Amino acid sequence: MMTDFFLKLRQAGIPVTLTEFLTLLEALSQRVTAHNVEEFYYLARAALVKDERHYDRFDQVFGSHFKGLETLFDQVIGAKVPLEWLHKLAELTLTDEDKALIESLGGWEKLMETFAKRMAEQEGRHEGGNKWIGTAGRSPFGTYGYNPEGIRIGQHESRERRAVKVWDRREFRNLDDTVELGTRNIKVALRRLRRFAREGAAEELDLDDTIRSTARNAGYLELKMVPERHNAVKVLLFLDIGGSMDDHIRACEELFSAARSEFKHLEYFYFHNMVYEGLWKDNRRRYTEKTETLTVLNTFGHDYKLILVGDATMSPYEITYPGGSVEHFNPEAGEVWLDRLLRTWPRAIWLNPQSQKRWSYVPSIQMVRELMGERMYPLTLEGLGQGIRALQRIR
Amino acid sequence: MSESRFRGTEQYIATDDLMMAVNAAVTLGRPLLVKGEPGTGKTQLAEEVARSLNRPFLQWHIKSTTKAQQGLYEYDAVSRLRDSQLGDARVHDIGNYIVKGKLWEAFTIDVQPVLLIDEIDKADIEFPNDLLHELDRMEFFVYETREVIKAHHRPIIIITSNNEKELPDAFLRRCFFHYIRFPDKETMERIVNVHYPNLKKRLLSESLEAFFEIRDVPGLKKRPSTSELLDWIKLLVAEDIPPEALRGDQHKIVPPLYGALLKNEQDVHLFERLLFMSRRKKD
Ligand SMILES: Nc1ncnc2c1ncn2[C@@H]1O[C@H](COP(=O)(O)OP(=O)(O)O)[C@@H](O)[C@H]1O
Ligand SMILES: [Mg+2]
Repeated sequence: MMTDFFLKLRQAGIPVTLTEFLTLLEALSQRVTAHNVEEFYYLARAALVKDERHYDRFDQVFGSHFKGLETLFDQVIGAKVPLEWLHKLAELTLTDEDKALIESLGGWEKLMETFAKRMAEQEGRHEGGNKWIGTAGRSPFGTYGYNPEGIRIGQHESRERRAVKVWDRREFRNLDDTVELGTRNIKVALRRLRRFAREGAAEELDLDDTIRSTARNAGYLELKMVPERHNAVKVLLFLDIGGSMDDHIRACEELFSAARSEFKHLEYFYFHNMVYEGLWKDNRRRYTEKTETLTVLNTFGHDYKLILVGDATMSPYEITYPGGSVEHFNPEAGEVWLDRLLRTWPRAIWLNPQSQKRWSYVPSIQMVRELMGERMYPLTLEGLGQGIRALQRIR
Repeated sequence: MSESRFRGTEQYIATDDLMMAVNAAVTLGRPLLVKGEPGTGKTQLAEEVARSLNRPFLQWHIKSTTKAQQGLYEYDAVSRLRDSQLGDARVHDIGNYIVKGKLWEAFTIDVQPVLLIDEIDKADIEFPNDLLHELDRMEFFVYETREVIKAHHRPIIIITSNNEKELPDAFLRRCFFHYIRFPDKETMERIVNVHYPNLKKRLLSESLEAFFEIRDVPGLKKRPSTSELLDWIKLLVAEDIPPEALRGDQHKIVPPLYGALLKNEQDVHLFERLLFMSRRKKD
C-alpha cells in the first residue's frame, strides 16, 4: 500500500526520496498525528513534498490512491509490510545521499532490524491502548474508537459529511504551470563565473596602503581596507531566436532566467542565426526597435564577458557573404561582425544547444566554431561548465 | 493533547496544515521551511511558535551578503591586530575576538530556543548547503580556539523563503515543508479579527470584498498582501470611512485610500485605467 503510494508519487514526477519517506514513518511512529486522515494528508505532504508546484500532483495521487480504502490506515502502517517494501524502494530510489545515510546508520541489515523493532514497539504499545497504529476497528483511523474527532473512514455517512476532501479541492492547481525546473543547476554552473569575480575580494586588508599609512602615522597601525569587489562580473548574453532555435527554447529560457538572477550586470540581446548590424531586446518588436550593433559595441566595455547562444545552423552564405542573411540585406558579412565582437570582448564563448554529435556534419557550425577560436560548447551542464572555465582562462 | 503543540495564538491564525507542519518539525527536531508570497505571515509565525511554546526566540535575518560562517562565529582579526599594536592585554586571549553567531547562540542557550532563519533565499545559492553539516550534526568546530560547540538542545529551526531562488535538494530533503497559500476570505477575516478585534462587521466584510477584488485585477505587478490590507483597514478606521463608501459594484466605486493597497506606480495606473474603462462601459 505505502510502497505503491510512494511509487505513484515518483511516477507523477514528485522527487520523493527514501530519506523523506523514513521521516514520514518516523513522524507517524512518534504520533505527530493521531486524529484523522486529513491530518495524515497534511503530515505526508509536509514530509514528502518540498515544492508547492508539486502540491497539486500530490493531491491527485493522494486522492486516487486512498480513495475508498476502508481499512487503509491499518495496512499503511501494518507491521508486516515495511521490510519488504523498503527493499523494493531501495532498489528503485536510493540516491547517493540515501546510501550514505544508510551506511551511517550501520547498513541495510541494521536498518531493517531497527525498523522491525520500531514496528514491533508500535504493536506492543498498541496493545496497551491508545496508540495510533492499530488493527482493524481500533485504530484512530478506523471506524470506531477512542478518537471522537477522528474522521470515520469507511463509514459512508461520515464521509458524506465532509463533502469535499482537502486534496480533492485541488487548491494548488494553478501553481503547477509556473514550472521552471532545472534552472538551479544552470545557476550553479554560472556561479563559477561569479566566484571568479569575487576572488581576492571579501573585505580585505590593503597591505601596501596600510604600510604607507602606518609609517605616516608615526608607526601606529593604521589599517586600510579595500572594499569588497562584490559580484563584479559583467556578462553580455546574445541569444539566437526563432527558426531552428525553436526546438531549444526551453533550454535557452532556463539559461536566461538563471543568468538573470545570478548576475547583477547582465545585458542581453537577440539575433537571428548570425550577428549583423542590428540586435534587438524585445522579440515582438524586433523590426521596429533594433539597436545598432555598433552602439552595443561602444556601450559595453572590454571587461564584459560575451556569451553567444545559438545553434549556428544556417547556410554558410549567412556567415561569409554580404547580403547572405535570410531575413534582410546585410551590407557586411556575418563573420565580419563576429570578428568585431570578439575584438571588443575577447572573453567570449559560444554555447550551442545542438547535440554535439551532429556538429561535425553541419558546415556552418564548423565555421562559427573556427571563428570563435574553437570556443564553442554544448548547451548542457557539462558544456556550460567547460565554457565558463574557458572564459576564466582568457586574460 | 499536550501543551507542547502549536495551534496558533491570539495574535496569529494558523491553518490546520500549517499547525501540522510546525508540530511535525518540532516533534522530530527537523527544520521547517516555510514559503509563501511576502506578507503571508512567515516571519511572524516563528515568533508565535516561540511565544506559544514558551521558548526564547532568536532571529537570523539573511541578506545577499550573509555567509553561513557568520551564523557560527566570526574571528575579528582586525580588532586583535589593533589591540596588539596598542599593547592591550586582551590580545593574549584569542577568545576575546571570537564573535558568536546566531547558531552558536541557539546551540548554547539553556532552554531549547526557536531559531528563525529569515529569507534564506536572499543569500548566495550555496548558502543552505554550507549549513547542512551544522544543522545535521548540531555541532561545529571553532578553529581558532580548538573547541567544539555542541547544541545543548536541538533548536526548533524555522526557515523562510520568498522563493527568489530554488533551494538545494539535499537541503530540502532534511526539512519539513509548508507553503502558505494566500489566505481565503474566511481565513483572512480571522486574521483581520486578531489585529482589529473591534472592527465593525460591515466595514470588515466590505473592505475584504474590495480587497479581494483588487487582488484579482489581472496583470498587477505586486498584488496587495495581508500587511497592505491591515494597513488599509487601519487608515479606513482612522479616516472614519463608512462601509457604504466601499460597498456595491466595485467597477463603479473607487475604493478610498487605495494607495495603501497598491504601492507600485504602474499598478496604480493600471488599476485606474481599468476602473475608467469599466465605468465608461457601464454609463
Ligand atoms: N496568519 C496570520 N495571523 C495574523 N497576522 C498575520 C497572519 N499572516 C500575516 N499576518 C500579518 O501580516 C503582516 C505580515 O506578516 P509577516 O510575518 O511580516 O509576513 P512575511 O514574513 O511572510 O512577509 C504582519 O503584520 C502579520 O501580523
Ligand atoms: Mg518576513
